[in-house]
Amino acid sequence: MIMSNFIFGRYLPGNSWIHKMSPQAKLLISFFFVLVIFLANNLISYAMLIVLILATIVLSGISISFFIKGIRPLLWLIIFTVLLQILFSSGGTPIFKWGIFSITDQSLINGGYIFIRFLLIIMMSTVLMLTTSPLALADGIQTLLKPLKRLHFPVDTLALMLSIALRFVPTLMDETQTIMNAQRARGVDFGSGSIKHRIKVAVPLLIPLFTGAITHAENLSTAMEARGFTDSEHRSKYRIYKWQKRDTISFLVYILVAVLVILVRK
Amino acid sequence: MKNIIEVKNISFKYPEQSEIFKDLSFEIKRGEWTAIIGQNGSGKSTIAKLIDGLYQPMSGEIFVDDLLVNEENINKIHKKIGLVFQNPDDQFVGATVEDDVAFGLENQLMSTDEMHTIVEKSLKSVNMWEYRERVPESLSGGQKQRVAIAGIIALAPQIIILDESTSMLDPLGRKDIIDLIYRLKQELNLTVISITHDIDEAALADRIMILNQGQLVEATDPNDMFSNEDKLLELGLDVPYTVKLMDALRQQGLDVPHRYMDEGELVKWITQLK
Ligand SMILES: Nc1ncnc2c1ncn2[C@@H]1O[C@H](COP(=O)(O)OP(=O)(O)O)[C@@H](O)[C@H]1O
Ligand SMILES: [Mg+2]
Repeated sequence: MIMSNFIFGRYLPGNSWIHKMSPQAKLLISFFFVLVIFLANNLISYAMLIVLILATIVLSGISISFFIKGIRPLLWLIIFTVLLQILFSSGGTPIFKWGIFSITDQSLINGGYIFIRFLLIIMMSTVLMLTTSPLALADGIQTLLKPLKRLHFPVDTLALMLSIALRFVPTLMDETQTIMNAQRARGVDFGSGSIKHRIKVAVPLLIPLFTGAITHAENLSTAMEARGFTDSEHRSKYRIYKWQKRDTISFLVYILVAVLVILVRK
Repeated sequence: MKNIIEVKNISFKYPEQSEIFKDLSFEIKRGEWTAIIGQNGSGKSTIAKLIDGLYQPMSGEIFVDDLLVNEENINKIHKKIGLVFQNPDDQFVGATVEDDVAFGLENQLMSTDEMHTIVEKSLKSVNMWEYRERVPESLSGGQKQRVAIAGIIALAPQIIILDESTSMLDPLGRKDIIDLIYRLKQELNLTVISITHDIDEAALADRIMILNQGQLVEATDPNDMFSNEDKLLELGLDVPYTVKLMDALRQQGLDVPHRYMDEGELVKWITQLK
């Protein structure tokens, strides 16, 4: 359960401006924002993006502590990358030198920018995850990929697969837990030992898990067929996420900031 | 009364296995509640799937509401029959309760507005409307079965087949689902087939059929049959505590009546003993 909470259970239902936006708009804006982040290259342009993301967070009505939680698991990755950047980049006047390592004023500034980039991307994806249910995300992806249908890409099948997969993650997690408990009761220790030992105890865990998953899949397909399912390309939709005015307005604000970033960058 | 299901001389086998049914025939009357009992592996689920056209018999014919079950009629057959399976998790297709109820309607290419109306109505009739936004892992087994039933009645079937649908539930959950089906049967004029190991569920039926060695025969005297432990085991039914007690009392030389009694009835019978 803990694992599933970490990956998918982060959606916080709400009624904010951001919550009410359509998932396809949120996805599009997120991609757009990431592009713009790579256009920024000086203090003013980064400051603009920070103001923009803070405004977005405020609009989502979610407390900042959730965002800090979102950053925490990636903290070491960020620190490592920033350190590499600082220690190994050249150019600028050196402040400190030791063997192959050198710290220059330029590398410090670059390190700072990389840190801000990370922060911005994490903030944005956290807003997206916290305000959009996995189901809505799957629907958003389906809408965005729709043009590929003309190339006979099975967009609807993919979306249905995604939503069923998402739906079964917690079920399989629970089953893993049950099997682990059963094995523990027989004295299996999952937490420690050599790599070889760990692989050895993982096998009796994976086999029942796989056979279980196959049984689920078989039964589910029978149940789907019994409820009139023939193929995923000929179905109507219960949930329709229309592109709304608020999506357009939000997008325009982001485009405006993007234009400003291009104007002020070096 | 008219037959809603007619099975005529069918035979069936799974690939690389011996024949399960040979020349099997039976009828189910419209509006009746039929219980099918039998040992594990006797072919009860296979019968349910054959009736719904999920499998095709090797020979013989099955008619549902005067419609021959074959490839051509399969969509109509699926609409006439609602199947509730054993494992609540394996029939929950949608991401949330309301999405799951809508699944069958989406397959019918129904318009979004109409779907919302029917989903609401169906969920209200199984008392799960307040749970519409819930994800399956936050529901109990009994609640998931209610959702499965809502998803089925949304398609307005004439027949509901319960394939051991209560076997993974606790006793209260079982009673709850059976009471629900009973009410829906009255309200919607349904024909019900319940495949079960539960004696209380079987006792509720208008008719009990026993599947044994590929033949389906009607039970002649359910009361006598249900009051005997050995007989119940032979029929593949769970032996309830009351029947065990009745058998024990009989061995003590008491003249215990030869009919099934639930806990309340048995307590009443014992207290009036002198
Ligand atoms: N999909 C299948 N493939 C092969 N054999 C099967 C399949 N499903 C069931 N069987 C076999 O057919 C027999 C009847 O099964 P089933 O109808 O599930 O019995 P019941 O529901 O009464 O327990 C069993 O021997 C079972 O092993
Ligand atoms: Mg079965």
